[in-house]
Amino acid sequence: MKGGAGALLLRDRRAIAGGGLVLLAAAAALAAPALLGTSGGGLGDIVARRFVAPLAATPDGALHLLGTDAFGRDLFVRLCAGARVSLAVGFLAAFTALLAGVAAGATAGFAGGAADRAIVTLTDAALAVPRVPLLLLLVALFEPGVLLVVIALGLTGWMGVARLVRTEVRSLRERPFVEAARALGVRPARLLARHVVPNALAPALVATALGVGNAIMLEAGLSFLGLGVQPPTASWGNMIAAGRDALVVAPWVALAPAGAVAAVVLACSLLADALEAALAGEHARDTAATGRASRGTPLAR
Amino acid sequence: MLRYAVRRLLAAVPIVVLVLTVTFAGLHLAPGDPVRLYLGPEADAAAAAALRHAWGLDRPLAVQYVAWLADFARGDWGTSLAQRRPVTAVLGSALGPTLLLTGASLALSYLFGVLVGATQAMRRGTGLDATLTAATTVAQALPSYVVALGLVLVFAYGATLWGWPPALRLPALGAESVGADFLAPGARLADRLRHLLLPVATLALIGAAGVARFARASIAGALRQPFVAAARSRGLAESRILVRHGLRNALLPLVTLLGLQLPALFSGVVFVETIFAWPGMGHVVVQAVLARDYPVVMATTAIFALLVVASNLLADLLAALADPRVEVAA
Repeated sequence: MKGGAGALLLRDRRAIAGGGLVLLAAAAALAAPALLGTSGGGLGDIVARRFVAPLAATPDGALHLLGTDAFGRDLFVRLCAGARVSLAVGFLAAFTALLAGVAAGATAGFAGGAADRAIVTLTDAALAVPRVPLLLLLVALFEPGVLLVVIALGLTGWMGVARLVRTEVRSLRERPFVEAARALGVRPARLLARHVVPNALAPALVATALGVGNAIMLEAGLSFLGLGVQPPTASWGNMIAAGRDALVVAPWVALAPAGAVAAVVLACSLLADALEAALAGEHARDTAATGRASRGTPLAR
Repeated sequence: MLRYAVRRLLAAVPIVVLVLTVTFAGLHLAPGDPVRLYLGPEADAAAAAALRHAWGLDRPLAVQYVAWLADFARGDWGTSLAQRRPVTAVLGSALGPTLLLTGASLALSYLFGVLVGATQAMRRGTGLDATLTAATTVAQALPSYVVALGLVLVFAYGATLWGWPPALRLPALGAESVGADFLAPGARLADRLRHLLLPVATLALIGAAGVARFARASIAGALRQPFVAAARSRGLAESRILVRHGLRNALLPLVTLLGLQLPALFSGVVFVETIFAWPGMGHVVVQAVLARDYPVVMATTAIFALLVVASNLLADLLAALADPRVEVAA
């Protein structure tokens, strides 16, 4: 991730669209506390204020950009509040998965032998369990809540990163600069932390961008099933679940949060695609310029 | 081939054992005493002790583990705490609907995915290619519950609201209509197929988008090979080049993709079955989680995992059949 890939990324429309959408969601999340104060203090006349259509005003004259829900709450404000949960869970879970995946992958690739075989078997076993049933198992064992969702998503999302990092580390281990550091007497732990892992992170970055989107999608899914973030805390998932009951009378209650989840997941997917292309482009130029052998890792998804 | 099959089978054994071990650990980590959960809080100590002995919970953990593995292998998966009947009975009726739903979705995903991917590979760089790339990128990123709710909104509620012809008004709940038992066999089959449409369409749309993206890349890669240029220079028809050289060489990565698609499919099935009240394993596992019915949750997770391991094995063997080099390289 040097200047080359960064410049390629800035010229990619997918990166601009995806990055823009994520920034928009982040801005909404940051604006939420300020907005929460504005949507009327008291409950007022709920019957008059519930299920107001998008862009319509309630009898008291308040305009609702995306309409209101069954309790007369402004959907746009709730959407912004939900963005806080979704983005926080998405990024924290993907970061947890990145840490766990780098630890497992680097250990396996660097140590080799029995440790490598054990970690590879563990990774394969974890990959064999479909993620949602595994998440449901974890949720069933403990109390549902934001922290549990972050940990559960992190614990079920590290395998892709681990595989990519392991492959990178295995090839880096034999490279001259690592040999040189080893010959100079650098301890294995420092060798791994200073010389090997930083150079093995690029493909993990693509997996992490996808991981953020997946985590947001799964958090919303769990909350939709009633097993994630619990109401009244706004989360896009439990907002969809609430809107599902009013799908006939007020489809916008479900459509607004559903659109938000879909847009952010798409944004992460676009960012990952652009990142992958940028890294591949940088790589292609590297090999063209120096004639160096391929690093040899297809960026498997 | 046989040696390769045996080797792959043996490699799957530690994975299966690991999954089952985690399942066993999960059952024991679960808060609450299963005996108390089953008997209720006012049961007396003697009855609890008797049941604990009957279930073998008073034995050392290692003995319980081995006994549980043996029971699991024999098909005795314990008793559902919520439904008070064997877990096998609870899951037995759910496995069929799930396999039907996932099987149909997988078949349609590959059919439409390869069609779209091949079309794009043949027309690379055109407006059609760009449009389909955008469409598949969006469709692949859509959460299954969003697609499911959208389809329900249009084909169940909207179709009635807008007065669409009855054929387009699709059922959104269950696997068959109330009273379907009394229909003639033909009408009953039609009723079941109509109930299958929306759930399958949800999973197939997302799956086909993923397959199409993958198929486009691998077919386009195959079509760039020198032997395709040679075939073209010999005057072969484009359609023949696509089938004989493009599809054939893209087959292997598509078979391998199966191993990645299945876990995703089994995850999507949980949401889709819940939304459409489809009486399958995903529906059962969500109900079991809500009821804290641990034996059912564990068994479902284990079965989902075993299905994935088994189909990965199948994909590996299919890949070796499709391309003998796989067997040699392994």
